[in-house]
Formats: sequence, structure tokens, C-alpha cells
Amino acid sequence: MSAVADLLLSVDGVTVDYSGFKALDAFSMTLNRGETRVVIGPNGAGKSTLCDTIIGRVRPSDGRVIFRGEDISRLPEPAIVGRGICRKFQAPGVLPMLSVRENLALAARRDRRWWKSVGIGIPAGDRQVIEETLELVGLAERADIPGGQLAHGEKQWLEIGMVMATGAELLLLDEPTAGMGPAETSRTAELILGLGAARSVLVIDHDMSFVEQLGAPVTVMHQGRFLKQGSIAEVRADPDVAAVYLGHAA
Amino acid sequence: MSKLVPPAPLRRAKPALPWVLLALGIAAPFYLGAYDLNLLARFMAMAILAMGLVLIWGHGGILSLGQGVFFGLGGYAIAMHMKLADLPAGEMPDFMVWSGREALPVWWEPFASPAFALAAILIVPTLLGALFAWAVFHRRVGGTYFALITQALALAFATLIISRQDVTGGFNGLTDFYSVFGFGLASPGTGTGLYWLTLAVLCLAYLGLRWLLASRFGMLLRATRDGENRVRFLGYATTPFKTVAFAIAALLAGIAGALFTLHAGVVSPALIGVVPSIEMVVWVAIGGRYSLAGAIVGALLVNLARDAVSSAFPELWLYLMGALFIVVVTLFPNGLAGLLKGNRA
Amino acid sequence: MDFALFLNQLFNGFSLASLYLLASLGLALSFGIMRVINMAHGEMLMLGGYLAWLTLLVVPGGAGILLAVPVAFAGAAAMGGLIQTSLIRRLSSRPLDTLLATWGVSLILQQAARDLFGAIGVEVRAPDWLMGSFTVAGVTLPSARLFIIAVAVLVLGALALVLLKTRIGLLTRAVNQDRMMASAVGIDVKRVDFTVFCLGSGIAGLAGVMLALLGPVTPNVGQSYIIPAFLVVVMGGLGSIVGTTTAAIVLGVFSALAQMFVDVSVAQMLLLVFVILFIQIRPQGVVAVRTRQLDV
Repeated sequence: MSAVADLLLSVDGVTVDYSGFKALDAFSMTLNRGETRVVIGPNGAGKSTLCDTIIGRVRPSDGRVIFRGEDISRLPEPAIVGRGICRKFQAPGVLPMLSVRENLALAARRDRRWWKSVGIGIPAGDRQVIEETLELVGLAERADIPGGQLAHGEKQWLEIGMVMATGAELLLLDEPTAGMGPAETSRTAELILGLGAARSVLVIDHDMSFVEQLGAPVTVMHQGRFLKQGSIAEVRADPDVAAVYLGHAA
Repeated sequence: MSKLVPPAPLRRAKPALPWVLLALGIAAPFYLGAYDLNLLARFMAMAILAMGLVLIWGHGGILSLGQGVFFGLGGYAIAMHMKLADLPAGEMPDFMVWSGREALPVWWEPFASPAFALAAILIVPTLLGALFAWAVFHRRVGGTYFALITQALALAFATLIISRQDVTGGFNGLTDFYSVFGFGLASPGTGTGLYWLTLAVLCLAYLGLRWLLASRFGMLLRATRDGENRVRFLGYATTPFKTVAFAIAALLAGIAGALFTLHAGVVSPALIGVVPSIEMVVWVAIGGRYSLAGAIVGALLVNLARDAVSSAFPELWLYLMGALFIVVVTLFPNGLAGLLKGNRA
Repeated sequence: MDFALFLNQLFNGFSLASLYLLASLGLALSFGIMRVINMAHGEMLMLGGYLAWLTLLVVPGGAGILLAVPVAFAGAAAMGGLIQTSLIRRLSSRPLDTLLATWGVSLILQQAARDLFGAIGVEVRAPDWLMGSFTVAGVTLPSARLFIIAVAVLVLGALALVLLKTRIGLLTRAVNQDRMMASAVGIDVKRVDFTVFCLGSGIAGLAGVMLALLGPVTPNVGQSYIIPAFLVVVMGGLGSIVGTTTAAIVLGVFSALAQMFVDVSVAQMLLLVFVILFIQIRPQGVVAVRTRQLDV
């Protein structure tokens, strides 16, 4: 396959302007089908804004976001999700009053128009995805308790499970290991690695041990700009990256 | 907050409660006098509105301080019909003559038809509710802002009715009805018939809402209440869910207003403005905002209490009402239903 | 169109806007930092009105009016502080419940005023220098209304000074921008809440003195101004003084100009329609506060 056919997402010269402060400054990057990529960068580098822009929460003042050849940067959020992108937020965003299974049922539903929701119970077609996801994220035992009663790490997994259950081709995971211990972090890395080639994943994280476990290529951001891209070892060895993290940057 | 565990007998009695209430309701015409039956029927009409608030406020997190508007639309629609139905063709209602109008306003004319009036009761509140809710929600304005806007709506609506005395009856509203759809209102049979009708609508609304709340629609409504952004980023357009819920609540309020007007024999701005609209919320707050049965009980209890207290000590009622608001909302956010159930939210 | 009438209504619009502004500043300030609306805020206006009347009973004449201003401010601020500590603080994470509970307070305060001072209301006799009027280019400018505009401008100026130059102002702006962060860097958020709430209630009390100069003080005098003030808050944008001021002027002038063509009740309906239309264009309010929080 040619490189163009493999291209899934291309962020093309995107600028996001928070009244004078450029959270993204002519930022560009691309992601191929089936690829896992980690985005790192110091605080304020624009990592979360990148996610916000791809998912449609923030509109770029300049540049385009191309997903499967289509400019999605002006689409409403539900339409973007409909195209096959889903995001896990930084703070766990599970629905506290719904059971774990119901949380996943919401995510697994493909036809999300309101009149299709008039009916009792989880449609048979969705059950398989839900049960598979429950197994995958290890919450099968906890399926019937309210999402709000899960432990912090379990909430993170549930939300990753929800993002997976939507069937999205591109998953944006914003700090999936925030607040997790080492064991939980490894488990999360396995979860992401187990997604296989059918999905592309964009992970944002600070935790270098987690990034190493993922073993994926790394994109480094700084002050809203693209700084470096390469393997973890390359990025580690790079003087510019070191300067940015140690605060010597111009 | 209310971590009170209800006594065991109460908990055991709970599943039987709806059936007991239903039996009492069906039997009411046989043990209540005409006056009390009429009073009960009015309160039951209000309970229909209250259940709509459970849908939007309890399960949707949408606080409406303007349900009186939709109640009023239903009430005025039936009242206009009754005003015209009692008249010989070509004549105007008495209050229009007194205020010196020359002719019946054009928009009054179709209300002479019973079918039109019925359709108006069902369609006008629903449509207005949907339009209003959509206009506000689709721009992502909600929560406190929405509540404040609904209150402004209640004020504007009531003021408009009062000021347009020549076509609305003004402050006194519309009253002195003699018949509805050919039945004389003075005959006791009509009163009982209307009571059955109200009870039937109440039961239908209860069952319909129970089903809706148990459906995926109800689940999505609750999910939107608790995390609208999460739901939106799972790919759902959340505005339609909130709009549809609000329209259903408006429909129920409209039906309630029409039934109430039939029983009370009057509809007036005093029943639909800012203060009555917010009182409707207190029925549900006391009964339990998540519970349909709680809303019914709350509407009946508060109105009974109001009837008992306010005739004897009108000024005391306002203190009581104020105190009820404060105590229930701060200490018992799940209302009576919450006390009965132990705890819910 | 009669140009003099237009100018006259424009002037009336500004005086109405001044009242809307004084009534809504406190609401907007506390909404900005606590995300709650005090439905009993209208009763702070009422309280200010009655306090003005009481002050003038003791000290009649112009000196009385000047004395009434601090008395009303202090009285309303104290009442606001009481409501904040006893009720609103307990409900801080439940904004809709706060609306309902403070509505309960509003009912009780209105009924208490009815029992104490009577349902008809009391008249404050404005001093002579407030009774006259000026005529400029065919437009009659009543002194009382000019006075109200002047007071609104003064209050706005003083509030701007407090917010920009004082320590409590700095803290208020910090909490307004990011409550969690402010709390994390050691700002006593509860104390800021309390102070801002008292200040806002005090301003409403001041507005009550102005209402007393315009007409009788009745138990529900606050109700006639509070709902437009709510609309000002909806339109102004979260906690922005500039936004609130702009919204108050727009709605005040809109109301007054609309009344050239339609009666008061239709003008009220048009005002609501105007706000809903405005939301279609700028849902975030006149002045948008960009925020990165997920749920505002």
C-alpha cells in the first residue's frame, strides 16, 4: 500500500488562538492507519488543545484537520464522532449514575438519533460488543454497579472501554494513566497495545515509563509547535527536547 | 444528606402503595362529596403537570420556573372554547362586550370548534415548549440560565394576558362556563365524568412516563444531566433529547391546565404567573424529584395543605411555603420518595 | 418619528438601564465566582428601600437621603451575608437547588415586609432638589432620574476601583478566572465568596434607595426589577462587569424604545424575545470568558 492510502489523520498547519495566546501555532502532524503515537511535551505545550481541535471542541483559527481525506475542522462534534473519532478526557468522564454496562451501551450504540432511543433495554446487536469490551477492560465482574462507584483506575479503564466500544477508528486518549499506580499503568499499556492494527491511537501522557511500555513513536510539542518526532530513544537523546524539558529553550 | 433508613413496615408497604392509591382514586366518587371530589380532581390535574417536572427536572436536570405558561395555554384553549360554545352564533363573550370590542378577534374564531380546541390544547403547548427549549439548548445555554429565562417567560406571559383585557379577560381571566362538548357543567354526572377522565389521563401519563424513563431515552436523558459533554463526545446530539423531554413536560402541563380549568371553572393569570409556576416546582421537590409517584403525592399533599392553611391563615401560607422550599431543598433533596426509599441520589 | 420623543425615551432608557445595572451587578459578581443566583436578591432592593424610608423618618431632608445610602448598603450587605453563610454556602455545588432555596427566602422576606410595613407600601418624600427637572433641547430630564444615572456611574467606578486596585479585588478576579486554581494557591475562596456576596447585596440595597426615590416602596418592589436583572445576567457573560454593564444598557434602552411603539407588557415580551435571539448569536454573553474547563 502506498503511504497516501495509509494516511488516516493529518493535522495541517492548525492555529488555535485563545485571545492572543496561541495554544497551537501552525502545528502539523500525520497519523497512519493502525498506528499508535504518543504526544508529549511540557505543560502548556498544547497537547490537550490538539485533542480538543481534532474532536471539534475548539475551532482552529487557521489550518485544517483532515480525517480519511475529509476536512472535519468545521463539523459539529457528534458528526466528528460519527466519522470515527472518539476521545477519552483527562478527568474520567464516565456517567456516575449509569451502571458500567449502561455506560458501555451508550457508547456501543451506532444509530444515535433520538427517536431510535425510544425502546427498552440494550438492543441485541450491541450486546456482543458490550460484553467483549467488559472482558477487555476487566470490568465484567463490576458491570452492574454505577460508574460513579468505581475506583479511579477502573473509571479510566471504563472510559477507555467506552471510547473503544464506539467502534471509532481513531482513539484519542488524553492522559489515560493520570492518577494510576505502576501496576495499573502497565495494565493500561497492555490494553492499548492489545487494540491491534484496526485502530489508530493518539496517546497524550507525561509518564515516561508508560510511554516506554507502549514503545510507539513519539511526537514532541513545545509552545503549540511541532518540535521533534522519532522513537523514544531518539527523542531522549535529542538536545532540543532536553532543553525544552529542562527549561533552557529560547 | 438524607441517610435516614425508613422503618421496615414502610419499606414493605411500598410496592403496594400505587395500587392502594389507584383503588382510593377509583372509589373516590363513591365516598367523597361533590365539592371534595372537585377539589381532588383539580389536584390530580396538577399532579399530571408535576410528573412532567419529574421528567425534565429530576431526570433531565432542566429546571423550569415557567410551567405555568404551558398550563395556562391549555387552560385558556379550553376556556375560550367553552366561552364560545355557550354563545349563540355571531355573539361575543360578555367581557369583550364590556370592554367595548366591536368584533370577535380572528384568532378566537376557530376555538368555537371542539376539535380545534382539543388540538390546540395538545399542540400549542408542545410546539411552543419545543421551540423555546430548542432555541435555548441548541446554543448550549442551560442550567441556571435556562431557569432564569423560563421565569422571564412566565412573567412576560402573565403580564401580557393581564394587559390584553379586551381579548383575554385580563386579571379576572375567563370564567362562567356552562357546558363542555354538550355536557352541562352544573350536573353532578359531568363532574364525576370529568373526574374519571382526569384519573384516566393521570394513569396514562404515569404509565407512559414510567416507560419513557425506563427506556434508553430516559437513560440518555439522565446521562446528559450528569455529563452532557461526555454524551456529546460519544456522538450524540444532546439538544434533541432535552428538547423532546421539555416538549413532553409542556404537553402534560397543557393537558393539566385544560383539565384544571374544567374542574375549577376559571382560568386566570393568578394561576399561571411567576409565583404559581415556582410553586409547581415545590410540589415535586416535596414529593421527590426523581419519582413519578412522589410527584403525584407531592402535588396532592401540598395543594391539600394549601387549601387547609391558606383559607384560614393566608399570610401563614407564604411563610410555610418559603420554609418548605428551604428545608426540603437543603435537607431532603429527594423528597418524600427519598425518605421512603432510604436514599437515592 | 418625533425626534424629541425619541430622545426622551432614550434618556428614560438610560435611567432604566442604571436601575437594571445596580440590581444586576451583585448577581453577576457572585454568579461569576460561585455560579449561583440568589433569587432573594430582589428583596435586597426592597430592604434598601425600606431602610431608606426608616432613615428618612429619623433624619428628614437631603441629609437623610445621603445617610440612607450607607445605611441601606450596610443593611442589605448584612442580610446578604446571612443568606450566604446560612444557606448558599451549604448548597454551593447545587446551583439549581440554590435557586429554589433562595426563592424560599424571598417569599419569607416579602411576607415579613408585608406584616411589618403593610401591603400597600410606604412613600419616601424625595428632597426638593430631586423633584425638579431640566429641559435640554426639548427633552425633559427629571432630576431624580439624573441622580440615579449619576449614582450608577459612581457605583460602577467605585466597583472598578475595588476590583482593579484592591487586594480583595485581585482575589475576586482570581477566583472568577479559575476557582480550583485559586483555591490551590492558598486563596481563602470561602472568604472571597462571602465578601463578594455582601458587596453585591449592598449594591442592591443601594439600588433600593433609588427605587424609593422613584415611587412607593412595597413588599414586592424588588420583583419588578429582578427579572430584567436576571436577563441582564444571562446576556452579560459570566461574571464580567463590562458585559453586565453593556447588557444593562442594551436591555434598558431596548425596553424604553420599545415602549414608543407598544405598551409595557408587549415590551416585556419583546425583551425576552430579544434575549433569546441574542443567545442565538452570542450564547456566551456580551463578554466571553474563554475557559478550558470541561463543564462550566
